[in-house]
Amino acid sequence: MAKASKTSTTKGKAAPARAKAKPAVSNEDPNFALRSLQDALDKKKRYTASEEQLLHFYKQMLLIRRFEEKAGQLYGLGLIGGFCHLYIGQEAVAIGLQSALDSDVDSVITGYRDHGHMLAYGIDPNVIMAELTGRAAGISQGKGGSMHMFSTEHKFYGGHGIVGAQVSLGGGLAFAHQYNEDGGLCLAYFGDGAANQGQVYETMNMAALWKLPIVFVVENNQYAMGTAVSRSSAETEFYRRGTAFRIPGMKVNGMDVLEVRQAAEIAFKYVREGNGPVLMECNTYRYRGHSMSDPAKYRTREEVQGQREKNDPIERLKKELGSAGYDEDKLKEIDKGIRATVADAADFAESSPEPEPGELYTDVLVEEY
Amino acid sequence: MAIELKMPALSPTMEEGTLAKWLVKEGDTVAAGDVLAEIETDKATMEFESIDEGTVGKILVEEGAEEVKVGTVIAILAGEGEDVSAVSAPAAAEEAAPPAQAPAPEATQNAAAPAAKERADDPEIPAGTNMVKLTLREALRDGMAEEMRRDERVFVMGEEVAEYQGAYKVTQGLLDEFGPKRVIDTPITEYGFAGIGTGAAMGGLRPIVEFMTFNFAMQAIDHIINSAAKTNYMSGGQMRCPIVFRGPNGAASRVGAQHSQNYGPWYASVPGLIVIAPYDAQDAKGLLKAAIRTEDPVVFLENELIYGTSFEVAQLDDHVLPIGKARIMREGSDVTIVSYSIAVGIALEAADELAGQGIDAEVLDLRTLRPLDREAVLTSLAKTNRVVIAEEGWPTCSIASEVIAICMEEGFDHLDAPVLRVCNEDVPLPYAANLEKLALIDKERVVAACRKVCYAD
Ligand SMILES: Cc1ncc(C[n+]2csc(CCOP(=O)(O)OP(=O)(O)O)c2C)c(N)n1
Ligand SMILES: [Mg+2]
Repeated sequence: MAKASKTSTTKGKAAPARAKAKPAVSNEDPNFALRSLQDALDKKKRYTASEEQLLHFYKQMLLIRRFEEKAGQLYGLGLIGGFCHLYIGQEAVAIGLQSALDSDVDSVITGYRDHGHMLAYGIDPNVIMAELTGRAAGISQGKGGSMHMFSTEHKFYGGHGIVGAQVSLGGGLAFAHQYNEDGGLCLAYFGDGAANQGQVYETMNMAALWKLPIVFVVENNQYAMGTAVSRSSAETEFYRRGTAFRIPGMKVNGMDVLEVRQAAEIAFKYVREGNGPVLMECNTYRYRGHSMSDPAKYRTREEVQGQREKNDPIERLKKELGSAGYDEDKLKEIDKGIRATVADAADFAESSPEPEPGELYTDVLVEEY
Repeated sequence: MAIELKMPALSPTMEEGTLAKWLVKEGDTVAAGDVLAEIETDKATMEFESIDEGTVGKILVEEGAEEVKVGTVIAILAGEGEDVSAVSAPAAAEEAAPPAQAPAPEATQNAAAPAAKERADDPEIPAGTNMVKLTLREALRDGMAEEMRRDERVFVMGEEVAEYQGAYKVTQGLLDEFGPKRVIDTPITEYGFAGIGTGAAMGGLRPIVEFMTFNFAMQAIDHIINSAAKTNYMSGGQMRCPIVFRGPNGAASRVGAQHSQNYGPWYASVPGLIVIAPYDAQDAKGLLKAAIRTEDPVVFLENELIYGTSFEVAQLDDHVLPIGKARIMREGSDVTIVSYSIAVGIALEAADELAGQGIDAEVLDLRTLRPLDREAVLTSLAKTNRVVIAEEGWPTCSIASEVIAICMEEGFDHLDAPVLRVCNEDVPLPYAANLEKLALIDKERVVAACRKVCYAD
């Protein structure tokens, strides 16, 4: 087994020379037949956002960033325990996709790296932070913690700790949308590591067979814990992995919120028209360790700094806003406001009480027997 | 505003650490993401990154300082536009960790118990053998390494076992010694690699399949039970499956319901499997070696919370322990506490406390859950006439249930009191620190049960 190159990021494997000269996905790619949606995206890569939308995306992404930084601090102080997986670097994926949902009907499900997806709904940061500190005011009443947060009110179905499990559960949510004829779709997120679990493909087959309204989203942040994509995956182009089930794939720059949003528009339309599932690969990068206890020796500091400096989704949007006339001062004000919100959430999460001892026995079952 | 940089908790179990190295000095400006220091935790050396930007005002804890408690202020960062020299040290630099911190595992708290009675000698160790201190983690690694040196057919596979050196560092150093042919990183595909391991065993190899934790072995349980456990029987003894499935089992610290359960009773209910769940480093090593050598499939259940605990281990060449034999960890005459895995530590602490109350408890470590050493349970029962089972797991259909059945069926005449079980609460494990503590077995509950069967209250 060859050692993986430490510096490879967006491409795990040495890509064939042909692919280097052109965009990663080209129309001539003979190996990938199901590319109608990709073609649509290639025609127009980026969503045309209004100024108001741009600002909204920016605020939301910055909220996730600042929230996660604070969560990291609280973990360091021992106020958050167990596993805590931060979403820093990946903000554009959740915001780009979830901003395109029809929040009245659509559902979302993801794994344990879930704080950002919750915040993307506009859920009160206080109740998310209080869940992280395990307090009664937390969104799962302190019983779930970082990995297990849910909001049925928003049709956000969690928050799952078993790698890959959320994909088939997402298939089930899509099944329910179809069964109830509610017009909704399910957005099921999973990682590049999770993409190797067998149940993912069992679900893809059924979803395609039954034309379930689901968008499979691989958040390819290049690593599964300490394993670079090229060390775990024979096919590192995840968007192609639905080909065997005739599911169209899309390869999306997950560090650009406008490209993600554009891809969402295309994919959601296709699914809503009853065509069945879409598989979308969003290439992104996690800046922090896998969880708080990851010594992260599998990649170089330069690699991480390089992503931060050259590819940061928030900086990218900041430039966009700059051209739209937002000066540095205005943006600093926004940041200040968000920092205050997050500081308040931390105070709330630190000062609100732990669950009552009796809560230990509630919610095990719904009914009494 | 000056920012206090505190000693961070860098793992779920970390309470203190060594400030190995400062990578900045006073007066340096830092940006978010810059590495400030290297900190050694119970598992690894970690980089401590700055979250804020500013200027390093004062360094309060020198590099090289050991046993720095989580939460101690280690440096002060001056914010933008702030005068560094005006930044002064806070009054109390030695700040205790906040109370909401994860409860320390019972085993690490030194209860104000009377002087612990000498632990019972292990009959398997010749008197006068030289003893060395080893962590459970190291003992397991050594056990695997010795068997890999001895038998070319033995290999290890699992998630992060090779280049990352093990998610919990149990396979540390194995890749270096044995190379990638025999120490193999797998994708996150438990069902697949458990099947590949099982098939490789059928094909004549001796796989050690590591599950990052046994919670994830649920993805693979079909191969463990339907493929590994049953083929020898179904093939009339032709097709063997000498494989070891190993990894941490049971509750860890604050990782919530999906990552915290004890599968001992699950696997122990399956004919065709060997199930081992050791407590100390010596047993872990000797039994892991036995597990690798046996012709039968073994489920080997470890415990993350004690990976870092040091135990005395006999310096013996090739010390292989018998499977299926319990061990008396502490001799006593009034009550027998039957236990296994992490709960043995709790049982020993309870026994120490009971000694101060005039109750002399015997502690029996089952070590193997299947086949269970009925003989040892019944012999101890005949001696003390009272049994309590201490088990870190749910009570319903547990190993405790099984031990109670054995006592009823074969030891009834010796019983002076009903057999009691002390287990976790019958709920999924909650995340909140206070609820988690309430849900898990502890010394106090074991003491109370022992007093009850001794009619001491
Ligand atoms: C079935 C299962 N196996 C292993 C784990 C341990 N684990 C948790 S996250 C993770 C890595 C997942 O990587 P990826 O899918 O790429 O998601 P990312 O963490 O990068 O978001 C592993 C191995 C688990 N939780 N569940
Ligand atoms: Mg990943």
